[in-house]
Amino acid sequence: MSTLVLSRRAVTGWPWLLLAAIVVAAVAVPLGAGEQLADFSRALQPPSAAHPAGTDHFGYDLLIRTAQGLQISLLTAASCAVVATVLGALIGVGSALAGGWVDAAVMRVVDGVNALPHLVVGIVIAAMWRGEPLAIIASIGLTHWPAVARVVRAELLAVTDAGWVQTSRLAGASRWFIARHHLVPTVTGQAVVAMVMLLPHAVWHESTLSFLGVGLSPDRASLGTLLGQARGNILAGAWWTLVVPAGSLILTALSFAAAASETRRRSEPPSGRVW
Amino acid sequence: MVATERMDALTTEAPGWRRDRLRPAARLLGIRVLIAVPVTLAVSVGMFGVAALSPLDPLAAYLGDNYQFATQSQREAMRAAYDLDQPWWEAWWHWLTAALQGDLGWSSTQSLPVSTVLAERMPFTLGLSGTALLLGAVIALVLGCVAGMRGGTVDRLCNSFAVAFAAVPPFVMSLALVTVFAVGLRWFPTSGARPPGGDHTGAGLLTYSVLPLSALVVSQIPWLLLATRAAVLEARDSDAVRAVRARGVHGWPLLRAHIAPVSVLPTLALIGTRLPELIAGAAIVETVFGWPGVAAVLVDAAVALDFSLSAALTVGAALAVLLGSAFSDAAAVALDPRIGLRA
Repeated sequence: MSTLVLSRRAVTGWPWLLLAAIVVAAVAVPLGAGEQLADFSRALQPPSAAHPAGTDHFGYDLLIRTAQGLQISLLTAASCAVVATVLGALIGVGSALAGGWVDAAVMRVVDGVNALPHLVVGIVIAAMWRGEPLAIIASIGLTHWPAVARVVRAELLAVTDAGWVQTSRLAGASRWFIARHHLVPTVTGQAVVAMVMLLPHAVWHESTLSFLGVGLSPDRASLGTLLGQARGNILAGAWWTLVVPAGSLILTALSFAAAASETRRRSEPPSGRVW
Repeated sequence: MVATERMDALTTEAPGWRRDRLRPAARLLGIRVLIAVPVTLAVSVGMFGVAALSPLDPLAAYLGDNYQFATQSQREAMRAAYDLDQPWWEAWWHWLTAALQGDLGWSSTQSLPVSTVLAERMPFTLGLSGTALLLGAVIALVLGCVAGMRGGTVDRLCNSFAVAFAAVPPFVMSLALVTVFAVGLRWFPTSGARPPGGDHTGAGLLTYSVLPLSALVVSQIPWLLLATRAAVLEARDSDAVRAVRARGVHGWPLLRAHIAPVSVLPTLALIGTRLPELIAGAAIVETVFGWPGVAAVLVDAAVALDFSLSAALTVGAALAVLLGSAFSDAAAVALDPRIGLRA
């Protein structure tokens, strides 16, 4: 019995292992490579033994530059997801606790913000503070909180009415006890799931903005910036400028998606189980 | 009178289409359109407020290098011409009153009135995005039905295709298509919609649109395929369909008469709620392929702080998204009796 549980856990944990490997590679590769200097004499070289992923048009090794870009992409995406989740959780909890017309009004605002074409708004905001990482984080974080707010609010309302919370209340538990032991754990769980689900989207968003030229500048190259440069280079036949950055972006997105669906599966609403 | 109504109810009993659902659907549509007005206004206010907070000077962006050669009085005159000398709420009021009279301002990047830019470019955007949506929907629905009905290897293939391609951002897909089919195989041109110096022709448009269209179609398929598949699976395993299967109905009649009405139609009604993805995809694909549509100038306008154009595009996109989801939800109510009505 125990081995069965163990093996299932090992199987379902693989997206997280893959993600951990990606993060370690993003941190370790640039550290191991040391300081990189632009060298135009070796610009746009195809993959070779010295540069397994080739070089970009500044002469940087693309493998190292991709790892650096991945680091920045992940960092930006994580900041965006945290901003959106904290904001969404606060608004969702506040709205659910306030109830009445405040709740109704807040939910209409949530609908409104959710209806915005996020990329279009993101492009306009990011262009007005061009190259500022804060503007990118704000433009993504401030447009993606509604999903979190909606989930957290719905969960809070559902849990408040749930049988086991009612039982706890009837048994004489104080409001504070119920909040600490029943509401907070549920809401935190849902907020974490929402955050994990936001991460791949945030990676997508940031890399798209950077690709379009309104995101991070080339001296703080994210994956999107690298792909933006590849857009010109592939026309000159330098296909390798596309392969490694695009491959790592897709791999990251896939493992995030797998991790998100696994997290969601694990935190299915409690069915009779008390948290 | 009563009798004809009952006849009506009987004849419109055809799956998925019930006349008695039309009235609530129309009411929902009306409420949502009414809500869309203040939301769109709020979006435009937000745009002007954000622009006022920006540290960049639009005038410096318009004039570029010429900024340093302009005299103080010339700069003042330019500021007044672009409404930059007013506080942002006055500029917003100006913009709104003019926009309601059909004057959307002057685009500094295109050197044309914004309404002319939109009129010239909108057909290209609508053509490309509309065709992509149609093609994507047909492919996704067919594959989703096949995957849901057949199961097994076909299902697993479709599923992994959808999950994998959902992870490929549209710009990566576009670049990959350019690398392989334009630069590598030289089958299609890399960008634009006509040969340099030439005119737009039907055949030319077809050749030039193959790659952008493919990128956009592929970006639209995954979610719709997964949604269709899930809905078909749910319908196939429902008690009602089981009962029908037990009566010996199989294959195409089963799908057409019993599964599709409760799975495919409601999924189809979801399309309108996914307009933001289509707009984002169009913005990316048009930019990469230099397609002469509206979305292609969005990035240029935003980067050059061409506020008239980016305001028109953002507010227009927001309005399109709101209307899309309104029509989508109304269609869902009209088609699916299981959906309760809460505006």
